[in-house]
Amino acid sequence: MTGSVKQIVILGATSAIAEATARIWAAQGARLVLVARDAARAEIIAADLKTRGAADADVVALDCAKADAEAELGKIVSRLGRLDILLLAYGVLGDQQALEIAPAAAADMIRTNFDSAALWCLAGAAILEKQRSGALLAIGSVAGDRGRQSNYLYGATKGGLALLVEGIAHRLAPLGARAVIIKPGFVDTPMTAAFSKKGPLWAKPEAIAAVIARSAEKGGPVVYAPAFWMAIMFVVRNLPWAIFRKTKL
Amino acid sequence: MATSVALSFRERTDVLSWGRVVRHSQLVANPRFADELPALLLDAGSRTKLAVGLRRSYGDSCLNGEGALIEMGGLDRFVSFDSQTGRLRAQAGVTLSEILRIVTPKGWFLPTTPGTRFVTLGGAIANDVHGKNHHRVGSMGNHVVALGLLRGDGERLTLNPAQFPEMFCATIGGLGLTGIIEWAELQLVKVGSAYFDVEVIPYDNLDAFWALAQDSAERFEHTVAWTDCMAQGANAGRGLFSRANWSTDGVYSAHSDDTWKTIPIDLPSMALNRLSVSAFNALYFWLNAAKTGTRRQHYSTFFYPLDAILNWNRLYGRRGMLQSQCVVPFGPHREAMRALFDEIARSGQASFLAVLKTLGDIPSLGLLSFPRPGVTLALDFANRGVETLRLMDRLDAIVREAGGAIYPAKDGRMSAESFRASFPRWEAFAELKDPSMNSDFWRRVAQ
Repeated sequence: MTGSVKQIVILGATSAIAEATARIWAAQGARLVLVARDAARAEIIAADLKTRGAADADVVALDCAKADAEAELGKIVSRLGRLDILLLAYGVLGDQQALEIAPAAAADMIRTNFDSAALWCLAGAAILEKQRSGALLAIGSVAGDRGRQSNYLYGATKGGLALLVEGIAHRLAPLGARAVIIKPGFVDTPMTAAFSKKGPLWAKPEAIAAVIARSAEKGGPVVYAPAFWMAIMFVVRNLPWAIFRKTKL
Repeated sequence: MATSVALSFRERTDVLSWGRVVRHSQLVANPRFADELPALLLDAGSRTKLAVGLRRSYGDSCLNGEGALIEMGGLDRFVSFDSQTGRLRAQAGVTLSEILRIVTPKGWFLPTTPGTRFVTLGGAIANDVHGKNHHRVGSMGNHVVALGLLRGDGERLTLNPAQFPEMFCATIGGLGLTGIIEWAELQLVKVGSAYFDVEVIPYDNLDAFWALAQDSAERFEHTVAWTDCMAQGANAGRGLFSRANWSTDGVYSAHSDDTWKTIPIDLPSMALNRLSVSAFNALYFWLNAAKTGTRRQHYSTFFYPLDAILNWNRLYGRRGMLQSQCVVPFGPHREAMRALFDEIARSGQASFLAVLKTLGDIPSLGLLSFPRPGVTLALDFANRGVETLRLMDRLDAIVREAGGAIYPAKDGRMSAESFRASFPRWEAFAELKDPSMNSDFWRRVAQ
């Protein structure tokens, strides 16, 4: 039953980017497991993916931020028989200024974006290592490339996740398995509903999804989405402190 | 991402209808899930709401400046598709383009389609759209098996012609004013191919068109004519009559949206003027007249030639374009069409794309449905302000005189008088309209 059908697990499957990516894989006939807190929403997406060509689409109702990653992923993969792609797509943005004066909320955000994500990545890495195949894909952010006053808490969680995934890629490289951190720039999703989304820097979730799906096949371990963010972040990272400290970024 | 971020309406100045004439800011929300809709209906204070799709309506029927818009494009999921029976159920924001990409490879097709595939399922129903096969199958509403309607008070109704027939008929062609269409189920049609056998026949004047239309209706499922309404005298009404049947070769290749060309900027307003349009029309006529006979054409080329350029409406410049589509009942149709063509030629205003088609006698279900037996003419005019509006008023008068109707989906300026004459059941519709829904169009013509 498995054969050449790709076995894919998506964490945070109701996010706009995750759903757009799942559609690409559905059209290729993949078998998908959608992990999400909101089972009702995930079921709606699952029905859609099956109509779009997925070999199957199952829902696992789970709060990824709180779940026992190793145990839960183990259960899912034992049902699938194999793990070809694990996509980690959940995360919260948070309001930097509000988080600075609310340590409990800041801790929550760090637990969700980094602590729990790291454990899912490690659980996935262990499986891929044993299989000697498959890809771990995690959605990071360009915000993780340099600490900026406006968004450094979120940036720190995503920057940390990037280092972790890069390390896993290094660990898996000799075995033929892969890990990629995908760093989107500005994306027009409900997560960024509060921003005015104009200008050439804003991308649609579909554009990010195409980069993610490609990353499952090749490239990495660090991929910017869209690619031009690599150039932008090169400049941002290398801006001398004397100049950077005066910016409002 | 996994977190639920509060959705609210944002003020936007870049939300235009397809004609790009009406320009004022709109409050817009972009939900992704149906469970967000009840809260959105209560949000933004006492403002009325209007669910909209891809805003391919030309004028103001998809805008709600004093209220707020709920863009349905994020609810774009298929619910189910049975490739044995051809029953398709999907959320309202799914586009016809996406539907075709899924169903065509399995041998099915939309029962009918307008001239663009970039409309949503909800929009196609709310405007009861018709296509080149109207004389055979009627309009979209004739093929809706059921639909889900969310009323402003939060009530969710499943409508079909047997259950809640009144509300069903108000919602078909109801311009989104009876509530939010959340999903719909369509009966698709089985086709023999993704290709057509198309015959293009040049004709010299309106009389020749009538003869061709009559001769073709029985034998061809799809008929339409492109008309050069800049031609004058003996050539008035000349054009290219196109008639087609589905091929039977069993090649079921869906279209691709990968090759879109886009117009990156608004062209200068003068780019489409009387001379350039006349020249284009004449060239188009002679080029096509030279290659007559039957040709094989993919459905994407046959139905959607303009979709090859994603935003062709920007050709008309920043002032935008005005569309006018009317239908004139059989009987006075010959005289009325002649009068319309004379009026356009006399005005000296150029219409780039004039489309002429006979509609059949399958009754439209909607209280505000546009299609009815007769002849329909669609025209577009670059917006030259008062001059253009006056011409269109004169055209409306001819249509009213002949007992015809103007198409709300194409309209941004018809008078209340024209609307009420076009849709004699409008007061029955007004009874069923949801008080918490409204549009710029409805405020203009009915309130």
